[in-house]
Amino acid sequence: MKLAICAGPATSGKTAVLRHMIRKLIGSSGTEPRASSLPGWRPAYLKIDVQFADEDEELAREFGIPTKKVYSGELCPDHCSVMVLGEALEWARKVESNILFVETAGLCLRCSPYVDGGLGIVVLEATSGMNLPRKIGPMLSLADVAVVTKIDRVSQAEREVFRARILDAAPAVRVREVNALHGIGIDPLVDRTLATPDVNGELLLRGNPPVGTCTICVGKKNIGWHAHFGVVRPLEAQTFYRGE
Amino acid sequence: MIEEITLLGGCGRGGNREHVTRITFRMGDVISIVGPTGSGKTTLINDLELLADGNTPSGRRILINGRAPDPDFRDDPSRHPIALITQHTNFLSDLPVRDFLRIHAEIRHSRQHETDAVMGETLAFANQLTGEAVQRDSRMTELSGGQTRALLIADAVVIGNAPIILLDEIENAGIHRMRALELLRQHRKIFVFVTHDPYIPLLSDRRIVMACGAMTKVIESGAAERQLALRVRAADDWLARFRERIRGGDEFSTDDLEAVA
Repeated sequence: MKLAICAGPATSGKTAVLRHMIRKLIGSSGTEPRASSLPGWRPAYLKIDVQFADEDEELAREFGIPTKKVYSGELCPDHCSVMVLGEALEWARKVESNILFVETAGLCLRCSPYVDGGLGIVVLEATSGMNLPRKIGPMLSLADVAVVTKIDRVSQAEREVFRARILDAAPAVRVREVNALHGIGIDPLVDRTLATPDVNGELLLRGNPPVGTCTICVGKKNIGWHAHFGVVRPLEAQTFYRGE
Repeated sequence: MIEEITLLGGCGRGGNREHVTRITFRMGDVISIVGPTGSGKTTLINDLELLADGNTPSGRRILINGRAPDPDFRDDPSRHPIALITQHTNFLSDLPVRDFLRIHAEIRHSRQHETDAVMGETLAFANQLTGEAVQRDSRMTELSGGQTRALLIADAVVIGNAPIILLDEIENAGIHRMRALELLRQHRKIFVFVTHDPYIPLLSDRRIVMACGAMTKVIESGAAERQLALRVRAADDWLARFRERIRGGDEFSTDDLEAVA
């Protein structure tokens, strides 16, 4: 079983990118494989979102592949992913899939959903502005591949700066610009996914999770650091968080 | 070093083979793409920008120096030899113009004096195309449509230094297109204009005629067309002066009516 976990801010084009990858793998629909499809691959898709998602239904309709969704509700989607990923892999095996795509909308920018041994893909839209790569921490810095979408909407200059800043934040990441309209630039993503070894045995989160217990998280609502304990920060003591 | 780019024809809408099966652009060429709205002009330049390899709906292919392009071109915009400026291309940044240009220039040039030189050159280039000069302290988002387009072109030509520049209907943005053509001719690049303007195609080396999503023919501009271009230019200059008067707040009388006749 191959595992590709796709993260990225809301509406950045994660589903569009995965849709093109799935199309490359199986052709336009599960029942009529195109000549260009790659035989033997049976993808499954899991969507983890907070409160609304219908991409699983869309992809099931379009490709006839097994899909599933989980609403994380009061949990962070990435937290939810840690909870459900083991069972999701079992589900994918049961439906006779051999490649699982997980799409998750991590939100707080302090952790990342990627696991050791799987492929980590972050999807970023060029239209988010040149500063985005500097602001999203381990979602970018721990990814294997950074996919840049909506490149036709911004100036050449901003595309170049966007890429340079991605590489600044994550020097080892492979940056791929794609046109999700025509599905151009997708082939290398598929190749990279297929070159990823199968996941086996115990799965470990790739990065260190952020500090998880704080007085605010457990319900203490008072304003001002004097009212709290544990993780506190006065105004004048800025620590710069870079992720990993 | 890029010397030429070749476009291999594919299919138009409905799957018919294009009449034009092969066209090569060489450094220094100015090409226009003409045809009615919906005839496939924008799709054609998108194919060029995407370095299409039979993987777009048209099935066209692009060769650089006669060979399939280096796959790195698609991945790294600072190595991509083609800059596309469309009606939708925009700056998102709200930085002041000088900071924005510096950030871009610093990616391309490591030395301070080089950075300063190309920034100055870019701004000077842009300001030859615009009515109102772009100020270096203005914020990018405060620029007008024409100023934005002028700066996009100047940035692609000077800082980006792309060997191939595609311009999609720049005439709609209110920049001086004749001056643009003269200015661009001074740079040894390939310029491809998608245009509804009568003047730019006549002064291009060649023009590709589009219909129903397909390239139907390629016309070489001859001496007679260059002559004709001068007439068109005179008419256009007259119209431009008229436009400037309206912009400048002039009122018109029957005398002007006679001048038009």
